[in-house]
Amino acid sequence: MAAGTVAPGASAPAGGSPGPTQLLFAPDARYTRRRAYSTFMRGLVSAAALLGVAVLWIILAYVIIRGLPALNLPFFTQRPLPYGQVGGGVGPALVGSLILMAVSAVIGVPVGVGAGIYLSEYGRGRFADAIRFSSDLIAGMPSIVIGVFIWAWLVRTVIGNFSGLAGAIALAVIMVPIILRTVEEVLRLVPHTLREAALALGVPQWRVILGIVLPAARAGIITGVVLSLARAGGETAPLLLTALGNQFFSFNLLQPMAALPVQIYNYAVAPYEDWHTKAWGGALVLISLIGALSVIARYATRGNRLG
Amino acid sequence: MADAAEAQSGVGTMFPGLARPVTATAEQAVAAADAVAVTGHQMLVNKLSAWYGSHLAVADVDIEIKPRSVTALIGPSGCGKSTFIRCLNRMHEVTPGINKVKGEVLLDGQDIYASNVDPVQVRRYVGMVFQKPNPFPSMSIYDNVVAGLKLTRAPARSVMDATVERCLQKAALWDEVKDKLKASGASLSGGQQQRLCIARALAMEPRVLLMDEPASALDPIATYKIEELMVELKRDYTIAVVTHNMQQASRVADFTAFFLAGEERTGRLVEYGATSDLFTSPKDERTEAYITGRFG
Repeated sequence: MAAGTVAPGASAPAGGSPGPTQLLFAPDARYTRRRAYSTFMRGLVSAAALLGVAVLWIILAYVIIRGLPALNLPFFTQRPLPYGQVGGGVGPALVGSLILMAVSAVIGVPVGVGAGIYLSEYGRGRFADAIRFSSDLIAGMPSIVIGVFIWAWLVRTVIGNFSGLAGAIALAVIMVPIILRTVEEVLRLVPHTLREAALALGVPQWRVILGIVLPAARAGIITGVVLSLARAGGETAPLLLTALGNQFFSFNLLQPMAALPVQIYNYAVAPYEDWHTKAWGGALVLISLIGALSVIARYATRGNRLG
Repeated sequence: MADAAEAQSGVGTMFPGLARPVTATAEQAVAAADAVAVTGHQMLVNKLSAWYGSHLAVADVDIEIKPRSVTALIGPSGCGKSTFIRCLNRMHEVTPGINKVKGEVLLDGQDIYASNVDPVQVRRYVGMVFQKPNPFPSMSIYDNVVAGLKLTRAPARSVMDATVERCLQKAALWDEVKDKLKASGASLSGGQQQRLCIARALAMEPRVLLMDEPASALDPIATYKIEELMVELKRDYTIAVVTHNMQQASRVADFTAFFLAGEERTGRLVEYGATSDLFTSPKDERTEAYITGRFG
């Protein structure tokens, strides 16, 4: 563009620079075209984003529509009835799921948090890399494979029968890599200056970790644990081969134990309309449970303040 | 006090009773301990070198950090002064990078690098204040001061109350915060935070206080208060301070050490002496060039 060009309408200064006919920002056909194209592409990616999450709302709406009629007090308290009978509920499954999640948390949280602490605070070199890589592999492993392994190892040999304990261990195996990576990441977010400040006071490293680092990362750790619980609570495949399911209320960890996903499966594959409704009802309860856990996780992160 | 044989061997008398020098009979040890109580605590560095990987970052430093005085470590960026000061309380062991240290650092006659010395205990005797104020952000002012005590022993409430008041007084912060001890440490201004960090270090009753550019992140008024505080604190403590501010060194330090790294980026001690001598009649021409602003 010519030097000394001025806004349209400004009088040309003496000295013979180009007149006001030459605009600095002339209307440009290419720009108009580009703007239209940009609008179109933006609409396209927005639609993709919408479609992606629309599935969630469609599933949610459908499960609510189909499942809501099943929900009443007996549905939550009663045990499933013998094959073909109308009535019954998901009582044992609800109780069983809560027990399984609690026991798997008791097993999985210490291992996951401990391993996360190791990787963040001590993990250097090839051994730590190997652990990270292995944990990613477990996280990516199909859950049925974990179920088959626990079945072959615990159900067939060590314990000798289908049991809640075997189910909880299978779920713990699924939870550990999720907790481990979350904990490692949130501990790494704790500024090094905080550790330095405590170490310089003559505080031993284990006290620095327990007294300074873990509290600073508390919200993130809770989030990781809750999300792993949500994941474990929805697993079906490993439980079919381990906890098996149970028509009756059972609190014995060494006996087969009911679980919501398994009960949903059993209701869904039966040939009775009433049972299908109960499967939808069970699905609604499960989604609500997991949704509540996610909300708790969100809530814990909201007040997240490092240090 | 330990028996003479134990004191003579030097083994077993290490850090639990740091005041006892290694080479002494029990009587001498007692005498030395008494002397220390009167004259203050001294640090003697012999041929200290530090490496980053295979790179020699600090080479062969011999220096004395004299009791009850402020010793300033000055020099241009990258001359190894921060690395060096971290070697004085073994903080380098938890600092990524520095992986090897050679030489001796004698605290009141005992080598802090002796094989049976617990680095955690060294840091209890040799406190440190960092460049950027780093109070624990989720803790109250009160809890910040006693954080080190709480994490190492379980002091009684009355002990903690007394410690908080005493240390905040010493750090010249008490009057500003005495009515809001429950407020978050992060709510204070930068200068107040730094004085809170000093109070936190004092709560551990250190013998030596190391300060790594304690005022470089602060405004001039806050800087002035920190400097005033250093002069006040040297009556009870032995202080080493890293600074890149030569005016600061000349204002607060009794002794000054000038570090410089050459082409090979290895920091060495060029000159050490009383501050007034070093700034008015430096013996080394590199010192003179630096303090007159010709480089660095």
